[in-house]
Amino acid sequence: MAIYINRELCTGCELCVEICPFNGVKLDEEGIAVLLDACNECGACVDECPVEAISIEVIKEGVIDISQYSGVWTLAEQRDGKLTRVARQLVGKARQLADVLGVRVESVLLGHNISELAQELIQCGADNVYLIDNPLLKNYQTDLYTKAIYDLTVEKKPEIFIFGATHMGRDLAPRLAQRIQTGLTADCTELTIDDTERHLLQTRPAFGGNIMATITCKNHRPQMATVRPGVFREPEKDLSREGNVINIKPNILESDILSHLVKYLKLEKKIVKLEEAEVIVSGGRGLKKPENFSLIQELADLLGGEVGASRATVDAGWISKDHQVGQTGKTVSPKLYIACGISGAIQHRAGMQASETIVAINKDPDAPIFKIADFGIVGDLFKVIPELISVLKAKKAKEMVV
Amino acid sequence: MRFIVCIKQVPDTTNVKIDKRTGRLIREGIPSIINPEDKNALEEALKLKEKFGGEVIVISMGPPQADEALREAMAMGADRAILLTDRAFAGADTMATAYSLGSAIKKIGEYDLVLCGRQAIDGDTAQVGPQLAEFLSIPQITYVSDLNIEENKVVAIQELEDKRVKWEANLPALLTVTAEANKPRYPTAYRIMSAYKEKDVEILEKKDLDVDEKRIGMDGSPTSVKRIFSPEPKGKGEIIKEEPKKAAGILFNRLRAKNIL
Repeated sequence: MAIYINRELCTGCELCVEICPFNGVKLDEEGIAVLLDACNECGACVDECPVEAISIEVIKEGVIDISQYSGVWTLAEQRDGKLTRVARQLVGKARQLADVLGVRVESVLLGHNISELAQELIQCGADNVYLIDNPLLKNYQTDLYTKAIYDLTVEKKPEIFIFGATHMGRDLAPRLAQRIQTGLTADCTELTIDDTERHLLQTRPAFGGNIMATITCKNHRPQMATVRPGVFREPEKDLSREGNVINIKPNILESDILSHLVKYLKLEKKIVKLEEAEVIVSGGRGLKKPENFSLIQELADLLGGEVGASRATVDAGWISKDHQVGQTGKTVSPKLYIACGISGAIQHRAGMQASETIVAINKDPDAPIFKIADFGIVGDLFKVIPELISVLKAKKAKEMVV
Repeated sequence: MRFIVCIKQVPDTTNVKIDKRTGRLIREGIPSIINPEDKNALEEALKLKEKFGGEVIVISMGPPQADEALREAMAMGADRAILLTDRAFAGADTMATAYSLGSAIKKIGEYDLVLCGRQAIDGDTAQVGPQLAEFLSIPQITYVSDLNIEENKVVAIQELEDKRVKWEANLPALLTVTAEANKPRYPTAYRIMSAYKEKDVEILEKKDLDVDEKRIGMDGSPTSVKRIFSPEPKGKGEIIKEEPKKAAGILFNRLRAKNIL
């Protein structure tokens, strides 16, 4: 059970404050009733309210009325005042899903002094943006974000709610799903709507991409899912698109915080986050000596990607273990994976075969890597990569002029 | 102090088989291991015990053969092991798993820290940790690469995509630990003997716990698997047979046509 107060209807008459046996409700500084932790969800205030601003939802055991839920929501993750790319990608996907269902796309944006990001979400395809602006929400904090989003979710009842499978999304979404008591599917690579039943079909890889599973959440709402960055394409922005920005005042207090942020630490060295990278350029034994990883690095830098490595090069001490891709290293699924001088043993392929596009450059035409490559170049990597670098540099120079 | 470590037994293979009839994973006949990052969590607990004293309890939910994983954890140094096993728990998604594990943890009584691996290699969801923390109403810190207890608080370093963040929380708290945190110790011969000959894995069944039947197993799981299938094999790739300069140009154009560059 849960009690909700509709802020638009509340007149501030204080009848609920008087009737409450637990001192669980008070008027805030705007004179509108808000619930306190002492609320026992007894429901005494619901009948007392003369304007029906207070409601109670009784969750029958395991059964909720899913027809009450409507709209496709996205969480608009921002970092340091900028929208993340996945935030835009989610809106693009949500638009497709909402058009099939004939409902609205609504994005939830939390932070402080970030109101201008709302327009960007609308340009990407959102109909409404719920803007929750509060100094306490400037940086991500599990407990406050969970509470603010939970309150909004139970009030507005979206049928679908999608999140980026970033570290923040994967910290927040499970906590939120547990509080709401609904299903959550991690790292979806495909989201579609079931034609007959209007359920969200959530497809995700498991066992390192060896199998795919389609998951449904039939009797609970919202249907929640996280999506890895880079899986869906960013929508084209429509600068003339119009939508509503709805300001939401969160009912959060400093005392709601359980985990306290002490400080952001300086990074001693760049963190190699292969799992998050959209582009990975990997080197293998074909590089011949450790210094030649600089060639891989140069190509990776030009593509805005990270450097990966085969186990052989890591075992030989050419590069640190955090670069290793494969069964005993990291499992990656970037948009673009370029394997240079890597033969492609099964152990390596297990860690990268889920990549969207695979390019292989290898001298040996029989190397197994070519079997899973979308594009293969049979040739000397010391000749091919410099040519590739010069093509990319030429393209960059051209863009600078434009 | 009391440290609880949640571990999961997972299949150690990349060649997973699927029961074509039911669409479910066939776990039988595949060698099993402790999920790698759960060992990192256990290692952190063992280090804290060495520093502050107390006991380390490992807990797992799974079929009876998960006994093996728990004994291995005791061979590494855990003091007690609890196996939550009952047909009624089978088919649980992450929410029902968090509820069942959480109910067992409540039965254990007082504790200071719950440690989990960041995620399991079979499902990769990273959900049970935060869901368990929410069920227990305790603070959570995820993606932890370093942790310590200072003045009755846990202090932890969280690794984000582009940042490292220092957090602290009152005890009890739940942390999920990454592979970067440590190198898990190997069992000693003495401990292996003890884990198999002297110690027992405590079994908890549904009847031993105060659980709501509608919140466990398949019935308690909001999500269900509709279909399992093998990813479509990649179509034949294109081998670009040109001299390096031309090959590089063609590759660039192909990638641009696919909207990658």
